[in-house]
Amino acid sequence: MADTGVMGRAERGAFLEPVLTNNPIGVQVLGICSALAVTTRLDKALVMGLGVIVVTAFANLAVSLVRNYTPNNVRIIMQLAIIASLVIMVDQFLKAYLFEISLELSVFVGLIITNCIVMGRAEGYAMQNPPWISFLDGLGNGLGYTLVLLATALVRELLGAGKIFGLTLLPLVTDGGWYLPNGLMLLAPSAMFIIALLVWALRTWKPELQEKD
Amino acid sequence: MEHYLNLAVRSIFLENMALAFFLGMCSFLACSKKVETAIGLGVAVVFVQVLTVPLNNLILHGLLTEGALAWLHPSLAKIDLNFLAFILFISTIAAATQVVEMAVDRFAPKLYATLGVFLPLIAVNCVILAGSLFMQERDYTFAESVVYGIGSGVGWMLAIIALAGVREKLVYSNVPLGLRGLGITFITAGLMAIGFMIFSGIQL
Repeated sequence: MADTGVMGRAERGAFLEPVLTNNPIGVQVLGICSALAVTTRLDKALVMGLGVIVVTAFANLAVSLVRNYTPNNVRIIMQLAIIASLVIMVDQFLKAYLFEISLELSVFVGLIITNCIVMGRAEGYAMQNPPWISFLDGLGNGLGYTLVLLATALVRELLGAGKIFGLTLLPLVTDGGWYLPNGLMLLAPSAMFIIALLVWALRTWKPELQEKD
Repeated sequence: MEHYLNLAVRSIFLENMALAFFLGMCSFLACSKKVETAIGLGVAVVFVQVLTVPLNNLILHGLLTEGALAWLHPSLAKIDLNFLAFILFISTIAAATQVVEMAVDRFAPKLYATLGVFLPLIAVNCVILAGSLFMQERDYTFAESVVYGIGSGVGWMLAIIALAGVREKLVYSNVPLGLRGLGITFITAGLMAIGFMIFSGIQL
């Protein structure tokens, strides 16, 4: 691939880096609130992840487009207004087409507004960079977030209910199978432990991320 | 009265914002290294929460719900502006934080010196927005929203102070390198959340 143009090296870096090496949850510790609450089932995690991808990408794009016309002291309010409008659109879309999941996600769709990833990327990246690369950065960060969400949800749904995307993989004892579900996995604290293990694995793999004190 | 007491206990312990819903995690993890800062942030959250939840309740019932605009003109009775809730809530919160910041600076400079850094941060803390969104979802009346605002704020404050207490002691233990800092804090918070689950089912 060429090193310049629409998808040059810088663009690829902006898109790919946050997915693995600079993952928003695992490395930058942003946006964990919703990561814990919506990961009991894979479909919930997927919908939430898609919502965050859309919002982060387009918020970055919009913030970057108006970055040269924004007075410095009202930038937070402007970012919040952009993000809130995008989240309203996502919420209305979910209510119209995926009503059941939107009921289960309840307030967490609204909480994308205060998800630190969205704010953090808008403030930290899109305010200094041109639109296209900001858009890719938003996509990448949303994707990195979704990956962690899906990994956590996979463990929780599989061990907690013996299912993946609602399809039974490990037949439960109560249904005449052999698998005795681990009830802890369906409770909120288990997400804490799974993310802690993920972070541990990531930091063992990349020792430079370890905290010294 | 009993109803409100019950709501307060439920919002502080059973439905603890930090340990049952895992809201406000960013600051919950980042600002819990010292008990002192934890108390500062906790007080600030209670402050803003008590102000914004009832305020948003008034906005919701006075402007947004279907029929709320009927006092302006009968023909407006059918308008349902609920979809605007997010953007209005977050503006209220941002404005309220600003006002609280200025008021504290003017009337309690000592408190401002302690809270100073945290107050503006609170505008983007999920606990605050979640308080208002839960209030909307559960259809709280004005009085209920006041109680809920106090309860959810106090519950979050308790949780962050407790976590800071644990972390101060944790300094002395030999944690595996990869788990240091973030990882072990997650596990601590998870264990605390399990501890808080013993409150479930309590009813006054």
